[in-house]
Amino acid sequence: MSIRGKACIAGIYEHPTRKADGLSLAQIHAEVARGALADAGLSKDDVDGYFCAGDAPGLGPMNMVEYLNLKPRHVDSTDTGGSAYVLAVGHAAAAIALGKCRVALITLAGRPRAAGQHQVRPAPGATADAPFEAPFNPVIATMYGAAANRHMHEFGTTSEQLAWIKVAASHHAQHNPHAMLRNVVTVEDVLNSPMVADPLHRLDCCVISDGGGAIVLVAPEIAGSLKRPVVSIRGAGEAIKHSAGGRIDLTYSGAVWSGPRAFEEAGVRPSDIQYASIYDSFTITVLMTLEDLGFCAKGQGGRFVADGNLIAGHGKLPFNTDGGGLCNNHPGNRGGMTKVLEAVRQLRGEAHPAVQVPNCALALAHGTGGSLGTRHGSATVILERQ
Amino acid sequence: MIPVSQTPAPSANPEIQPYFEALREGKLLIKTCTHCRQPHFYPRAGCPFCFSDATEWLESRGTGAIYAYSVLRSAKDLPVLAYVTLDEGPTLMTSIVDSPASALSNGAAVRLSVRPGADGTLAPMFTLI
Repeated sequence: MSIRGKACIAGIYEHPTRKADGLSLAQIHAEVARGALADAGLSKDDVDGYFCAGDAPGLGPMNMVEYLNLKPRHVDSTDTGGSAYVLAVGHAAAAIALGKCRVALITLAGRPRAAGQHQVRPAPGATADAPFEAPFNPVIATMYGAAANRHMHEFGTTSEQLAWIKVAASHHAQHNPHAMLRNVVTVEDVLNSPMVADPLHRLDCCVISDGGGAIVLVAPEIAGSLKRPVVSIRGAGEAIKHSAGGRIDLTYSGAVWSGPRAFEEAGVRPSDIQYASIYDSFTITVLMTLEDLGFCAKGQGGRFVADGNLIAGHGKLPFNTDGGGLCNNHPGNRGGMTKVLEAVRQLRGEAHPAVQVPNCALALAHGTGGSLGTRHGSATVILERQ
Repeated sequence: MIPVSQTPAPSANPEIQPYFEALREGKLLIKTCTHCRQPHFYPRAGCPFCFSDATEWLESRGTGAIYAYSVLRSAKDLPVLAYVTLDEGPTLMTSIVDSPASALSNGAAVRLSVRPGADGTLAPMFTLI
């Protein structure tokens, strides 16, 4: 059994705020839910499936279901960090394909800036791994820095090549009025920005932002009755990569597993993809993911992204045309939701005209949640315009 | 309300207590499997490779090579985050101490030096040989 063609994205919404002073976390969840349902032309009472992740306040989905006053017959709060919302698209499609629900709502909200949480650290807890990591002060930037360090060592990847990823994102962000960083930057700008965690410069790192987003998935017969363009789920894949008992290899991500699963279910190849939303917590995340998804050979990511190859209207693979996490936003330090939203805009033909991929019919969205340096969830979805 | 439980000190966890006792003597214990013979880290009671419960502690020689590292520039006084591949095979997250960041390189040989970590517990760190 496959989810291919069995569920459609009918509604999306991205919260315009980037600093949510005066808004509660639950309130942002409700605002994005309201926005996505309005976009779909559906009402709260149509929702019979609810999906959220670790950003939602409360125990799993229960407190948000109460706050939103929903009455779902199917819930799922699988938390794989920032990739959870890409993963939830696959899970929601599976639930719809099985008849467990017909209108699935996925919400994300975060307000780390308003809350004054400018340092992103791994969540503490009494996990089995924590005693073997906490003594070494592993902040996110150094773990990703170590992954970049090893990738450079093995494959000769350069800081200039990584910088091209930020350059491409900035070219796109100039057209997004909501983006936090709208100035177009050059490779030299990236290299001249302060070093944060070798070899990653400040401009290799994503923004920290508040905000949120929501997605409404529905059964195909419902999608056909709505007024919005129909975007169907063609394939989905997920994986968890971890330290594997000490057999650590920092040069690849879980996309090496989630990608092929999604492509197989979709029955397409990387060369068929016209637009890609790639999780961009750091430039190295993008470079490694592009290799792992098969857009280029392992170790060739640096050459692939160089010279503007990711810039819409210029390169072969337009990516993150909203400006991505590197320039636009990264709500609650969880960027998977916005990856799906921009892919849907591209497929609907509703991206900014300056970055819209002509006749975009097949797109990919990929999330990487957790840390490349320890464990992370990878989720890939392939979406198609009907 | 959901009751919030106090997290006990890691050294009180019987599954890894010998690891912490060894650190107090300046030694690093890893685990190996008497069934499939594969060493692993971080240590577990059961083998993560063959799922046998026949694991035993193995004292590492304390030598290895830097696999990867990254210097957090805003915290120059803190040890450098690194991954070290032990001569026994497993790679672990660690810190490099007593060595200037500019002297580090991938593949550089290192030796164990047990130090207090950022969370106050003793931890296996490494220094350039």
